[in-house]
Amino acid sequence: MKYALLIYAAERDWAQKSKEEQGRIYNEYMAYSVELKKSGKLLSCEPLDPTSTATTIRVRNGKTVPTDGPFAETKEQLGGIYVVDVKDLNEAMAWASKIPDARTGSIEIRPLMNVPEM
Amino acid sequence: MTQTARSLDRIFRAESGPVLATLIRILGDFQLAEDALQDAFTAALETWSKDGLPASPGAWLTTTARRKAVDRLRHLRIVEARRSELALSIRLDQEAHGSQDELEVSPVPEDQLRLIFTCCHLALSRGAQVALTVRTLGGLSIAEIARAFLVNEATVAQRVARAKQKIARAHIPYEIPDRDSLAPRLDAVLSVLYLVFNEGYLATSRGPLVRGDLVADALRLARGLSALLPDEPEPMGLLALMLLHDSRREARVSDEGDLVLLDDQDRTKWKRPQIEEGAQLVEKALRMGRPGPYQIQGAIAAVHAEAATAADTDWRQIAVLYNQLLRYERTPVIELNRAVAVSFAESPVEALRLLEGVERAGALEHYAPFHLARADMFRRLARSDEARESYRRALQFASNDQVRRFIERRLNGADVESRAKGLV
Repeated sequence: MKYALLIYAAERDWAQKSKEEQGRIYNEYMAYSVELKKSGKLLSCEPLDPTSTATTIRVRNGKTVPTDGPFAETKEQLGGIYVVDVKDLNEAMAWASKIPDARTGSIEIRPLMNVPEM
Repeated sequence: MTQTARSLDRIFRAESGPVLATLIRILGDFQLAEDALQDAFTAALETWSKDGLPASPGAWLTTTARRKAVDRLRHLRIVEARRSELALSIRLDQEAHGSQDELEVSPVPEDQLRLIFTCCHLALSRGAQVALTVRTLGGLSIAEIARAFLVNEATVAQRVARAKQKIARAHIPYEIPDRDSLAPRLDAVLSVLYLVFNEGYLATSRGPLVRGDLVADALRLARGLSALLPDEPEPMGLLALMLLHDSRREARVSDEGDLVLLDDQDRTKWKRPQIEEGAQLVEKALRMGRPGPYQIQGAIAAVHAEAATAADTDWRQIAVLYNQLLRYERTPVIELNRAVAVSFAESPVEALRLLEGVERAGALEHYAPFHLARADMFRRLARSDEARESYRRALQFASNDQVRRFIERRLNGADVESRAKGLV
C-alpha cells in the first residue's frame, strides 16, 4: 500500500525561530529522511519552497487564469500531486492548466526546495 | 546637490533600466545584478567626477558592474551550487562574446523587453508587476514609488523583494514570450504601462515631480515596447493613447488648480506635435488590420484632439468607436462613455435610455462621473429638478476637491437657471 504523508506547518513560526533552532529541526528532518530511506520504504520526499513563491492556476471557460500566491480556499481538498521536471515556471503553468481539475478546482504550483542530496 | 551630482543622477536614472536589463541576462540573478549596478554607480561617482564622462556611460556601467559582480560572487555567502551556476552564466556570456574580462559590454535593447515581460509575468500580482516595473525599468526609488502610489514604503519594499525572490526561486524565465503565448503576456505588460501612466496623469493631488516621472517613464517604456515589437499594433495604440492624453496636460488643470473639462479646455494649450504623432500612430496601427482596445481608445482620443473646438467634435465617430470598444471590454464605465457620445451624436434622451441598464445594475451608483454625466444630460433637456438631484449625488461621491468645486459651480448654475425659469 502506498501513502502520501503531507506536512502542514505554519511558515511564520519557522521564520521566527532562531538559526540554531532551525538548524536543529533541519538535522532532525535529515535524520528522519535517512532512517526512512534506509528502511527501503521511501518512494520520494520533496521539501517545498515557501508559499511566497507559489502560483495558483485555474482554467475557466477555456482560459488559464494564474494567481500570484498559494491556494487559499477551504471548500476544496487536496486530491493528489504531480511532481514534474520542466524548464521553467511557464512550462509548469502550461502542464498545470491541463490537469482536469484545473477547470473546476485549483492547481497550486510550488517549486521544490533546492537541498543537497541525502 | 551640486551641478555634477545632478547631472550624474540624471545619467544614472536614464541608464539604470537598460543596464540592469542586460546585467540580469548576463548574471542570471536579479539581486546580484542590482547590487553590482549599485557598485558600478559608486565607482562612476568617483571616476567620472575625476576623469569626466566616458564615451558611452551605459557600456561603462555595464562593464564595471559585470566586474563588480564577479568580485561579489567571490565574497558572497551563498550555496556553492548557486555560486558555480552564476559564475557559469558570466563565463558563458563572455565566451559568447569572445571576450576576456575587460572587454566592454553594452546594454542590449532586447534585454529591456525581456525584463519588462519578466516584471509583468502573469504569476506575479498586479501590484508586484507595477512596483517591479517602475523600480527596475523606470529607476524609481522605493520611496518615490511609495509616494506615487500612496502606499507605505515598507509595503513597496516588501512587494519588490518578494517578487524578486519569486522570480528567482520559482524560475520565472527571463525571455520574450513566443508567438503562442504572446497575446496574454502582452496584455499584462500594456495594462501595467497604462496603469503607471494614469497614476501619473490623473493624480493631480500629488507632487508634480514624481507624477511627471511616472508619465515620462510610461511613455518611454511604451515607445521602447512598440519599437521592439513593430508588428504588434496594440503597443503602438497604447503609445498613441498616452501621447494624445498627455498632449492636453497643460490645459486640463486651471491656474487655480481646478480640473478643466475637455469642453472648456483652452485648445491652444494642447501640444500639437504630440497630437500629430499620436494620430499618425493610431492610423498606422489600425492599418495592420488587427484592432484592439488600446488602438480604439487611441482613435477616440485622436478624434477629440483633432476637433478645433468642442462643438466641432465628431461625436458620431466617437459613438461608433465606443460601440467597437464594448466588444472587447463590456464595462459600465465604457457604457457610460458611449452614452455621453450618443447624447451629442443623437440626443440626451437616447443616451439616458442607454444608461437605464447601467442604472438598474447599480454598478456606477458610487461613481461620481456617472451622476455628473446624467446631470449634464438632464440639464441639456431643461429637466432642472432631475439635473439638480444628479449633481447632488455626484457631489456625494466625488472623491476629489477639484471635481467637488466643479460640481458646486454647476449646482449653483443650475439653481440660477431654474430660478430664472421660475421668474418667467
